Amino acid sequence: MNFINQYCHIQNRSLIRQGKIIFTSASGTLDDFLEEAFRYLLLTYTKFYKMDHLSKLGFLASEMLLNDKSLLPRYAHDQVALVLSNASSSLDTDLRFAESVKTIPSPALFVYTLPNIVAGEICIRQGITGENAFFVFPEFDAQQMADYVNLVLASKKNSACIGGWIEVMGDHHDVFLYLVEKERVADGVQHTAEQLYKIYKQNYGKIDGESQKSDY
Amino acid sequence: MANLKNQIIEALNLKHLKPEDIGDDQPLFVEGLGLDSIDALELIVLLQQQYNIKLANPQDGPKIFKSVKSIAEFIQKQQAA
Repeated sequence: MNFINQYCHIQNRSLIRQGKIIFTSASGTLDDFLEEAFRYLLLTYTKFYKMDHLSKLGFLASEMLLNDKSLLPRYAHDQVALVLSNASSSLDTDLRFAESVKTIPSPALFVYTLPNIVAGEICIRQGITGENAFFVFPEFDAQQMADYVNLVLASKKNSACIGGWIEVMGDHHDVFLYLVEKERVADGVQHTAEQLYKIYKQNYGKIDGESQKSDY
Repeated sequence: MANLKNQIIEALNLKHLKPEDIGDDQPLFVEGLGLDSIDALELIVLLQQQYNIKLANPQDGPKIFKSVKSIAEFIQKQQAA
């Protein structure tokens, strides 16, 4: 049996860690929100500004998820796997790139026209070198994700796995990132499809548009 | 030079920098501003879009894109030709 030991969401322009909203800002564009959230988390990583929305969302979620920096000291870099999914693949950026092709194609946009680039950005930032996969499902598929992550962790070479749903299309964004380990830590719960779906849905649609901040 | 620096910041999404943060002679790649190969391509696009200059020989890239000053000199040379 494996355990979901940490999780976070980015929904309705809010950063939510372990079910608690830590930052909300409804003003401006999605990009404005992502950069405000980056500053709120007191992060320094100049490459962030060059990322597309999908990678920015994945980057911010991975920072929230692993903010106590306790993961990698416990595992070798290649013992941590990453399994991500979404519905729109990289379409949000594909469309921007297609628009740029009308004049001069943008190389900086082109490099983000694959969904698994976000996995690479997370791995580079967090120093993860374990196996990774990216699935495209019509909606968050808790059963498929639970089955695949359990399969990954059945291998002796994998000790932990970051799973997630990182969806973005235009202004719509829906991110759920979670850490699954073989041992239960603190308030960790069993890694089952039912638990996964329950946690994924726990904040969905419940956040109003008012700006709100709390201590991080 | 300030205008060129603004264009570089805009084109390369260097939002954490102001024009005055970039020295005229500061290396743009690796140990300097830390630009990468994708940034080099964006600089080529910038020259084409803003100055209608096409890089005839890509092998000249490292010399031209060494610093803001070297880019400015290249633009001046091309416009005078």
